[in-house]
Order: sequence, then C-alpha cells, then structure tokens
Amino acid sequence: MVSVLVQDVELSTKPRTARTIERRLRAKQRLLTMHFDSGVGHIGGNLSCLDILLTVYHDVLTDADQFVLSKGHAAGALYVALWSIGRLSDEDLSQFHKDNTLLCGHPPAQGIDGIPFATGSLGHGPGLSAGLALGMRLAGTNGRVICLTSDGEWNEGSTWESLIFARHQGLKNLTVIVDENGLQGFGTTAEVADLSSLSEKFRAFGLKTLAVDGHDQAALAEALQSPAADGPLMIVAKTIKGCGVSFMENRLEWHYLPMNPEQYDAACREVGDS
Amino acid sequence: MRHAFSESLLHEQSRSEFVFLTGDLGFRALEQLRDALGTRFINAGVAEQNMVSVAAGLSRSGFRPWVYSIAPFIFARPFEQIRNDICLHRLPVVLVGNGGGYGYGVMGSTHHALEDYGVLLTLSGMEVFIPAFDSDLSTLIPLLFESRQPGYLRLGLGEQPRTWSPPQFAPWRKLAAGDGGTLIAVGPLAGALWTPCMAIPEATRPNLWCLSQLPLPVIPDELRRDLARSSRLLIAEEHVAQGSAGQAFAMELLQSRCVPSIIRHVTALGYPSGRYGSQKFHRAECGLDASSLLKFFVGEAPA
Repeated sequence: MVSVLVQDVELSTKPRTARTIERRLRAKQRLLTMHFDSGVGHIGGNLSCLDILLTVYHDVLTDADQFVLSKGHAAGALYVALWSIGRLSDEDLSQFHKDNTLLCGHPPAQGIDGIPFATGSLGHGPGLSAGLALGMRLAGTNGRVICLTSDGEWNEGSTWESLIFARHQGLKNLTVIVDENGLQGFGTTAEVADLSSLSEKFRAFGLKTLAVDGHDQAALAEALQSPAADGPLMIVAKTIKGCGVSFMENRLEWHYLPMNPEQYDAACREVGDS
Repeated sequence: MRHAFSESLLHEQSRSEFVFLTGDLGFRALEQLRDALGTRFINAGVAEQNMVSVAAGLSRSGFRPWVYSIAPFIFARPFEQIRNDICLHRLPVVLVGNGGGYGYGVMGSTHHALEDYGVLLTLSGMEVFIPAFDSDLSTLIPLLFESRQPGYLRLGLGEQPRTWSPPQFAPWRKLAAGDGGTLIAVGPLAGALWTPCMAIPEATRPNLWCLSQLPLPVIPDELRRDLARSSRLLIAEEHVAQGSAGQAFAMELLQSRCVPSIIRHVTALGYPSGRYGSQKFHRAECGLDASSLLKFFVGEAPA
C-alpha cells in the first residue's frame, strides 16, 4: 500500500485558474451576505471549508456519487456550494435561518436534493458514509461517497469506530476529508485534545493519506481523483478558519459570532481584494 | 427465541435488499444466516454507534438492514445514532435487541434492558414489537420487512406451554378467559402466565391478554367488554413504569372514560435487594411471578 504524507503544507489560499477565482469570489461573497442577512455565526468554519466544498461539487461529484457533510455546522457553506452549481437559488438562500425554512443551521433531514442526512451532532458522517459506500458496493454501482469532517470531530469515538469499519470493509469508494483548521469549540485542537498528527494516525491504520492545502482547489481536485489502494482514501486538508478575512482568520470567536455591518463591509472588501 | 428469529429470517434470504448487521454476536444462533447471506451479513464488530450509522446509510441506499445485538447494547449505546440517523429520516431499519427485560438473568444489570421500549418510543416513527412466543416470529418478520418506518424487535425467552398452541401473532391476543378480571401481560410474560391462569377456577381466573406491539394498538372490542364486565385490571410488564405500556394503557382508559375500579400496574423495579440472579429471580423480586400476580384476582387486591 502506498501512503503519501506531506508533513508541511504551504497554504496558498489562492485558487489557480480564472474559473476557480471567479466561482470562489462569488461563493465567498454569497456566504458572507447570507450569514450577515440572517445574523448568525459559524462563519469561521464555513470559510475554512468553502474551497473544499466548491471543489467537491464543481470538479469531482457525479450524479452517481454522494456527499455527506459530517461537520454539519458548515451548512452555510454547503448551501452556497449547492447554489454555486445551480441546485439552490438566491431565493432559497434568502430563507437561511428563517422560520418555515428548509435551510436551517445544520443540514435538514429531507427536502434538499443532494443532502442525504441531517447532520450536526459530530461523529455521525463517517459511519453514514460507510453505509452509503457499502450499499453502493453491494448494489454493484460505481458511485463514490465523499465525507467532510472537522478536525475537532475526531475527538468523537464514533469516528474511529467508522474508520475501523471502513478500513476492514476495504471501502475504496469512500473518501474522508478532514477540514483541519486547528480550532474547535473552546480552544485549539492542540489545547483541547491533541490528536496531532491525524495524518499519522490514519496512516497507522494502513490508509492512504494525503495532506493538501485545503484552499488550493486544484490540489484538492487532484487529491480527490487519487485512487485509493484498499480504501478509504483519507485527505487531511490544512485550512484557515475564517479564511480570506483577516480579522476572522484563526480566531475562535468566529466559530460563534455574527457580523455587524462594519465587519460585514470589511469582510466583503477583503474577500473582493483577495 | 433467537433460533426462531434466525430461522424465520432464513426464509427471507432471497430478498436482495435484505442485509443483516451484528455487533459481533450470534454464536450458535446466526451461523446459518451468516452463511446464507454471504456479503449481506456484516459483522460490524463491537462498535454499535458505527453499526447503526452504517445501517442508516445502507437504508438510504435502498437496502433493508436488520441490526442485532444484546438489547441494552442496541438501544442505549447508540441512542443518538438511532435518533438522528434512523428516526429523523424515518428509515425502515429494524433494531433487534436480544434478551429484553431481565432476559440475561444472572449475567447482571449491564445486560438487562428494563427501559428499552419506553426510551425508543419517544422517537419519531418508532414501532416496537415484543413477540411472546417463538411461533410469533414467522408471522412478524415478513410484516417487519413490509414496514416503512423504524422498528425495534425485543426478543425474549419464548415461554410457550408445551400442551397449548398460542394464537397467531397479533398486537393484542386473548390467551385465556375467566370471570375474575383482566390481566394484560406484555410479551413473553404472557406465556409464562398461561398455565398458572388455567390452573385456577374460572370464577377467579382473569381474562389473560397478551400485548405485543407499541405504540398502543387500538384496543379490541372484546378487551373493552372484558374491562367493562369486571372491576379489576392488572397490567404486568418486564419494563420500568416510566414510558411503559401500562402508562399508555391507563391514559387510553382515562380518555375513553372506561376505568376499572381497582387497577394495579406491576413493573420491573430494578434491583430491590441489590442482589442478582436468574430472570425468574428478578421477576419474583418485582412481583412479576405468576404467584404474586394472580393473588390480585383471588381476593387479595392491594390498596
């Protein structure tokens, strides 16, 4: 089995092509506007994984595939990615966090094409994804399943149960991405429950593990197309919480806080300039 | 009962959507099923949280998963996965808990499930089935395959008297008739009460009813007539009072304004003496043995 581990990932934070630059700009601005309009937080963790979601939806997923957002608190980024590929409309996004909406703060159990499960309590996505991947194999279909977790989420014992299961079952059609932004609910991942390095731990399971810059969409796409040996394929995406907005980057409070008008204007300017 | 369970499932092996997951259990019970299902029999290891999530994923993929473990390990350990992954999506996954109530006897309290169906019935769409006899499984399992919602199958020890054939599985079944009142027992306990009931004179013998499904099914007219004819009602179940069938039945009686004058509800009490023993020992400690229960109908009604 080939294991690839890149120890030090230089974060470019810039996509490489005009196409990805444009879609990234539109998506970031739409994400900021949606969160500002609805007055809700979680923007930091949404910005850390937006490039991953855009890459998954634009460059990787086919109709036969499934995506599971295990870090359900990044629902905003998921909705914006679905908007970016035309599956949700501006009108849909305007209902984010409103009464009588499908676009609640964490993904809903039904009603949105492309969201197979309600998530939000951490540690469920890997098992759900393993079930989907096993189902595809038993049914003899060719699809793949991609699951995005946070890094703090690996505090949950259920994630390791699922990793053991997926490894034992040899689920080559499963890819698990870790949004490794280094911050969790009430501190850094190193302070709260240090699991560094996750890559090494995955590799110790005998899993092919790639470490990539989680804001380099081309690198992400390349990693996601990499064939796994015995599966699942693990991708540790090094990211920046609040990526692209200087006063949010790597700041714990932006896991929670909504933006005031001045902060929203400043964030939009910075994103536009990036 | 798990042998009857396994045999009944074997009859369903040709269903291509049927998958079976076990939490590393099934010695001397599930080997034939394992061999018959091949790749559709999945030993998910000692990892119940993941097993339930995987079952939800399989169900989303169009499969019909059955998920098996010892009762407390299948309802308590992965409760959030049952709630979020199965019930929020109303997925037709069948959870199978072996040894409900005090079924694991002297194995100890960690292996007992005294709160299982009460807890699970709080969840959206959950149906609970508590077969009383081994013969129930051949009827019940095809029904569960046709269900479109989550289910919990509580397996116990079949306590069918050797000299008597019980009626076919139904949510409510009348097992014995008499003039002494009404006795409702949940699941296998009803089978254990049949012989002692039949041994007492008809004048004091209760109408013995077996309840095997929850939420509470529609009360049959015959049961309503039995309740109206007598002043005494005893409900017995191997489950704690909170969330019990007895509580649900009492609410139904109140709403229908048909309340017998003397009602007693006998339930699992945990471990009153702090000692452990067989299922029979624990039933007796709780007053769930036949001798204690039937005193209610022979003039010794408690206050």
